Parts: sequence; structure tokens; C-alpha cells
Amino acid sequence: MMAGLGRGLSWAMLGLALVFLALPILMVIPISFSSSPVFAFPPQGFSLRWYQNVRNADSILSALSLSAQIAFLSTCASLLIGTLCAIAIVRGYVPGGRAIATLMVSPLMVPGLVLGIAFLQAARQFGLHDTYMTLLLAHIIVTLPFIMRTVLASLSLFDFTMIDAARTLGLSYPRALWKVMVPNILPGFMSGALFGFVASFDNYPVSMFLVDVRTKTLPIQLLNQLEISPDPTVAAVSTMLIALTVCALIVCDRLVGLRRMAAI
Amino acid sequence: MTILADSAVHAALPVTADRWRVEPRALMALPALTAMALIFLLPLGLLLAQSLWDANGFTLAGYARVLADPYYVKVIWDSLKLAFNVTLIALIIGYPAAFALARARGRTQVILFALVFLPLTVSIIVKTFGLMIMFRREGIVNWLLVTMGFVDRPIRLVFTELSLVVGMVNVFLPFMILPIFAVIRMLDPRLADAAACLGAGPIRTFWRVTLPLTMPGIVAGASIVFSIGVAAYVTPTLLIGERYMTMSQVMAKAFLNLRDFQLGATMASIMLMIALVIVFASSFLARGAKGGR
Repeated sequence: MMAGLGRGLSWAMLGLALVFLALPILMVIPISFSSSPVFAFPPQGFSLRWYQNVRNADSILSALSLSAQIAFLSTCASLLIGTLCAIAIVRGYVPGGRAIATLMVSPLMVPGLVLGIAFLQAARQFGLHDTYMTLLLAHIIVTLPFIMRTVLASLSLFDFTMIDAARTLGLSYPRALWKVMVPNILPGFMSGALFGFVASFDNYPVSMFLVDVRTKTLPIQLLNQLEISPDPTVAAVSTMLIALTVCALIVCDRLVGLRRMAAI
Repeated sequence: MTILADSAVHAALPVTADRWRVEPRALMALPALTAMALIFLLPLGLLLAQSLWDANGFTLAGYARVLADPYYVKVIWDSLKLAFNVTLIALIIGYPAAFALARARGRTQVILFALVFLPLTVSIIVKTFGLMIMFRREGIVNWLLVTMGFVDRPIRLVFTELSLVVGMVNVFLPFMILPIFAVIRMLDPRLADAAACLGAGPIRTFWRVTLPLTMPGIVAGASIVFSIGVAAYVTPTLLIGERYMTMSQVMAKAFLNLRDFQLGATMASIMLMIALVIVFASSFLARGAKGGR
């Protein structure tokens, strides 16, 4: 009787949590199609004018392009240096592998704003004034922990004797890694890269201090717009972002499986 | 085991290298370590130094100034209080929800899991914008309250502490559910049955068996939610603004508007120390939870 009550309660809480989690996201979509500039519920009228607004808003489009570039490049850089480092840790080439692994994921525990301002001041002190480069370098620290975590997990399951076999068959060490190891741990790469990309693409706290008036990432641009004059254009951009996220998740689910991705 | 296999391979290869020479493949770790040192450790060190040094050398003036000013003490206290309330509410909702999620089977579980996981991939700014719309005078919350007859006229929800806490729970709830879910999923449901067989009532079973075994998940979820809650910036800025200042807001204001770098660096260093305390406390608690078995 009591156990049944507990079970009922936990299902009720899950239902409540799911509705609660979905509500703000679902709220944005109808607003983006409404014809009135105020966010009333239930929304009035139907129009696509806010989407046309997005197409004409250069600031949003350039922010979108900048965010995509920074996220892509920093994820690629982190994949490369992160994987090399993960091999050295898993194979015991470096002393203190556990400590290094902890260090590599530790930026996750540091508030993003603190990371951002710290890097900005250091970069300026050492004469790095280029906004693009500053953002890109800072985002390596945003993406690297996610990639390290998943790649370390997949590499610890990878059988490195296969590399030795490939070398016996005449491949050089880098080629053996590329031809044998990379295809084997592709799911780990995929989920690490996806998490890293999303973390960078969505990141506002690290970027906040690093952007300038002309070079803004998408989250910062949206944040500024919301602070100054929120209108349904932001809802239209948000709806497109949600659609993009859902597409990316479906692709990843087909390729790797969502449960498996979230598990690592 | 991997190290053993490795040394076996090395023994088979002709030894030409000096045994004192560093393993050349250790260099593979170098790019990532350099990046960590230059982009992460060095800047944080400089920031700490900035909070401790001024033109005249070493000083604690920055900390003395912040900790002696009732306004900044209140900001720190308010941030901690906010993070605590958010963590507590997220735990109260998240713990039973994670239980139901772990007890679901097959296809249902995949769908429910996706519904918890999906909001994490949506930008926090989009979600906060959705929350802003919900809490407006013409928003869905007021519409529901009026339609269902709880209130006669729409009530003010935006810019209240309540809406801030609700909003932050919304944004951070998955971070609570997922770690607890991961632990409960590994739990053998027969343990509770065994406790029942041995004569323990459901409440006693929960306190003595289920809760201690799921403690690592609770510690993990609570420490994540607390640490991101205490440093939150977007949700407080958009949902309540200057009416409820958090450490992040003070820090951002110090650097961006006031250009008071000592204040900003001191606030940032305090946030960094709070983050470190959370890391150590949670690893201590997690060890305690494991040792207590």
C-alpha cells in the first residue's frame, strides 16, 4: 500500500517534471508564428513576419555564422589534441595519467564567467588582441573536457594490440591510429564532438567578456536583444535553433543511439 | 593490464634508446597540456594574483573591501541561498522522477529519457526567453490561473524571487535527474524486496537501503546543480535583473560597467574558491556514501 503510494508519487513527479521542462521550449514556438509583437497567450493571428525579420537581420546571421565557425573549429582542435592526450594517458606514456585526466575535465567545475574574464585578461597581457582568435582559444577549453571524457571512456575499452598488429602489417604509427583506432572509437568521437559543439555553440559565460561590438556569438547577440527589446524575432531564431537541435539529435540517435551517448 | 601489454611489446622490440630518455610518445600529451596550461591554469593564476596584488604589492584590500561591505556580503549570501533553494527543489522533484524513469521499461524508458535529455540541448537563453514569456502578465501561467479561477486578475510574476527560483529549477532540473537516474538504474530492485522479506516496512526500507545506495547519485546531482546555480548569470539577469544581484552579476558589472578590476577579480576569485569547495565537499561526501555501506 505504502509502496504503491510511493510508486504513484514518483510517476506523478516524473510527469510533472516532463511537462515543466517542455513548457518554456514549447512556449517559444507559437509566439514565433504570431502576428502581434506582444507575447500574449493564447497567441493571436498567424504570420511569418518574424522569420522574414531574421532573414534581414544581419547581426543575427553574422552571429550565427561566427558561432558555427568557433564551435566547429574549437571542436576539431579539441578532438585532435584531446585524442592524442587520451592515448598517452590510457597507454601510460605519461606519468600521473589520472591526475592529467582530472585536470582535463576540471574546467567543467569552474564558473564560465570566471574562465572568460581570466582568459581575456591573460590574452591582453600577452598581446593577443584579435577577438576571433581569443574566442577560438577560449572555446578549446569549453569543448576539451567533453571530448576528453568521452574519448577516454571509449579508449579504455579499445584493444591497443590491434595497433600493434597493424604496425606489424606495415602501417606507420600515425596511420595505424587513423586506420584502426579512429573507426573503432567513432561513437565516442561522435558523442564527444556533439557535446563539445553544443557546449561551444550555446556558450554565453565564457564568450561574454571576449566578444566585441562587431564580433558577437549567437548566444550573446540573443542575450543583448532580450535585454534591450525582446520581440518575436528572438522567438523565430529560437524556434529554428530548436528545430536544428532536434534534427541533430535524430541524426545522432540513428548513428550512435541516444542512450549510449548520454551514458558516457 | 594495458601497461603490461605495452611493456611486453617493448621487450620484443630492439632496445636502442637510452633507458633514461623520456618515452617519445609522451609528447602526444603535450599539445593538450600546453593548451590547458596557457588557456586555463595560467589565466586563473593571474586572476587570483590580481585579486591579491595592487600597485603597492601584496594586499588583502580587495577581500577586506568585499567582505566588510554589507552589500557584497548580502550578494554572496543571496547567491548561496538561491543555489541552495534551487538545489533543494530540484532534488525534491528530481529524485522521485529519476526513480520512475529508472523503473520504466523498454521503449517507454527511451522516450521518457529523451524528454528529460532534450531540454539540455536547447540553449539556456532560449529556455529563459520561454520562461520570460510564461511569467508575463499575458503569459500562460496567468492565463491558467485566471481561467481556472484561482485569481480574478493576472498577478505579477516577472521580477519576483519566486519566478527566479522556478526558472532556475526549470533550467537545471535535468542535471539533477540524470546522475540520480544513472545510479538507480544500477540498483538491484531485489534489494528492496529482500529488506521487505526481512520484515522492514517500506519507509524503513527506503531509509536504510534505497536512500544510502542512491546517495552517490544525489551527491553528484546536487553538487552539479549547486555549482552551476551559484554561478548562474543569464537566468537571474533576464528574470529578475538588478533586483536580485548574484555574484556573477556583480562580477560582470565590475568588469564591464564599473571597470573596477580589483572588485571583479576578487568576486571571481571568491566564486572560484566556492567552486573548489564544492568539488572537495562532493568528493568527500561521495567517498563517505561509498564507505558507509
